[in-house]
Amino acid sequence: MTLVSGWGRFPVVDSEVLRPRSFEAVGAAVAVTGSVARGNGRAYGDAAIGAVRTIGMTTFDRVRWFDPATGRIRLEAGVLLSDLIDTFGPRGFLPFVVPGTRFVSVGGAIAADVHGKNHHGEGGFGRYVDSILLRTGAGETIEISREQNSDAFFATVGGMGLTGIILEATMRLRPVETGWIRERVISASDLDAAMRALEASESATYSVAWIDCVARGRDLGRSLIYLGEHVRADELTEDADRFPIGKNPHLAVPFDLPSMTLNRLSVRAFNELYYRMGARRAGGDHVVSLYPYFFPLDSISDWNRIYGRRGFLQHQCVIPERGARAVLADILDRVSKRGDASFLAVLKKLGHGDGLLSFPLPGYTLALDFPVKGDILNFLDEIDRLVVAAGGRLYLAKDARQSRATFEAGYPALSRFNAIRKSLDPASNIRSKLSQRLFDEV
Amino acid sequence: MTSRKTVLVLGGSSDIGRAAARAFAKAGYDVGLAGRDVAALEPDAADLRARYSIEASTWRFDVLDTGSFDGFVAGLPVLPDVVVSIVGLLGVQQNAESDLAHATTIMRSNYEGPSLILGLFAEKFLGRGNGTIVGVSSVAGDRGRASNYVYGSAKAGFSAFLSGLRARASRGGVHVVTVKPGFVRTKMTEGMKLIGPLTVDAPVVGDAILGAVEKKTDVVYVSGKWRLVMLIIKTLPEAVFKKLKF
Repeated sequence: MTLVSGWGRFPVVDSEVLRPRSFEAVGAAVAVTGSVARGNGRAYGDAAIGAVRTIGMTTFDRVRWFDPATGRIRLEAGVLLSDLIDTFGPRGFLPFVVPGTRFVSVGGAIAADVHGKNHHGEGGFGRYVDSILLRTGAGETIEISREQNSDAFFATVGGMGLTGIILEATMRLRPVETGWIRERVISASDLDAAMRALEASESATYSVAWIDCVARGRDLGRSLIYLGEHVRADELTEDADRFPIGKNPHLAVPFDLPSMTLNRLSVRAFNELYYRMGARRAGGDHVVSLYPYFFPLDSISDWNRIYGRRGFLQHQCVIPERGARAVLADILDRVSKRGDASFLAVLKKLGHGDGLLSFPLPGYTLALDFPVKGDILNFLDEIDRLVVAAGGRLYLAKDARQSRATFEAGYPALSRFNAIRKSLDPASNIRSKLSQRLFDEV
Repeated sequence: MTSRKTVLVLGGSSDIGRAAARAFAKAGYDVGLAGRDVAALEPDAADLRARYSIEASTWRFDVLDTGSFDGFVAGLPVLPDVVVSIVGLLGVQQNAESDLAHATTIMRSNYEGPSLILGLFAEKFLGRGNGTIVGVSSVAGDRGRASNYVYGSAKAGFSAFLSGLRARASRGGVHVVTVKPGFVRTKMTEGMKLIGPLTVDAPVVGDAILGAVEKKTDVVYVSGKWRLVMLIIKTLPEAVFKKLKF
């Protein structure tokens, strides 16, 4: 057995880690009860840890074919989005949807139906997936799509790997003329202004708000809103490269920082500085490389270690649009009074999710990081009660601790999902630590 | 046939072989992948075509079947510009100590086969007047150690062969590169305890091989730290060295 954790490094649990080299070997591994696939390990909690066995998939990193006329591509599930961007970006194609880090696998992105800064207008990762090759817990290998085995398809998109092992996928890439983004920063002095700004920028391709979750009183919810559009080739000067070079992380956190590094004072000082610097840039447009625009934290490898050995929790909820303002204000008020939520607080508008268990629903999502210490688990239970009462839910790819009741209240399609899962895997061979915690019969 | 340069990778299905093939394809080379199991090489060839719009082909090659080497080279439609040998076998030292057949396979896979095939390509390259030969040897060949001297001695022989070949071929316009990767996270080292700061991923080695070919480097330690580590290991007096277990 090996000690395994997600990106948040909480919880740390035992699981046997296998790295099969062939699809046959994947099949043999799945034949044992309690397996789940793991991509690049960027799910924060216990989603990509097998109840007994964790099947590492990043060795499956081949592109099967690519059609430059249509942008359609067939690839193995372990291909990372960073690889896709570096390889196909210079050829004029990018993934339609990218999350906040490019170091995720295609299989993981499908399983979590990840969303990006364009979800409000263009939907999630799964919307651009045409078909999936799935190894079920019953031992079958099936091709699933919107037309063929569609129940399995909509259960697999956002299904957290619980319908089987995603082996390959066919998806569409976005044609782009350049790898540059025209960014506009809007500063919003409080929560109302931030929500109005996001509302008013529905037509922007990309939009996201960084929210200062330490600011209190009349500054509560003050934010910087980042809008983005793809830059056309004729907007670049002649000597500019069409595609910027993606640098590998050039900063690293080489060891666990003492958990006191991030205290109330340091977070407050950081946020104050960040807000003031951002507010100064507000107003005009400027052109930035896609890398810092989409993946600001990717330039620091192992940034999760900044929270110390005990790890951290990311709490990401979505609140339906109606009534979101009051609930978000309540959550932010409680969080700002604690003062230990960290600099990565994000507010964003979402649209409809595609999969049965996809996280997004029309409304606002708020993501907050907390170091694991003190009474944080109780505090987050309180926040969950507000989320549930508002008809909201939590993102499974980030979750390490929500209760079954919170989960069941948030995902009304759960019984339908469970029925499809049962038909694909009658013996429940596919099980993760997350499914044991939230789905499986005890 | 294209106007692009061509590279032939012997041991194309290994992790370092795949990484090297990607590095060359990305730089615009057409790629030939050679290995024992041609069917297993095809998905990698398809990957290279899809990613980089280059031509990729697969060839059957068995490093232990030295009798086939002349025919293998003669059967290639074009003599490549670059040939890279990643072929090798770590084996199990403890078994090799008493099992002569296993020891022989390790020696032949790491010394005899790679040296003979690269020597053959060198002759062809010298006849043409240009070409680059890359042999992936090992830091294990720098000094025989208790824990892997069967493998290490074969790599030492291979390194010596490459060194001599380089001296001879350089006068004829042919460049020879010796690569000593150190610890690499691959199929071969899976389950071994590797020292983190001294360990790299296969793509780093692939890029280093391409870089050495383009810059005409002679001997490449993929991580500079290994040059220092091996310098220390090489200079230890034998009386001290023989007491070490590693």
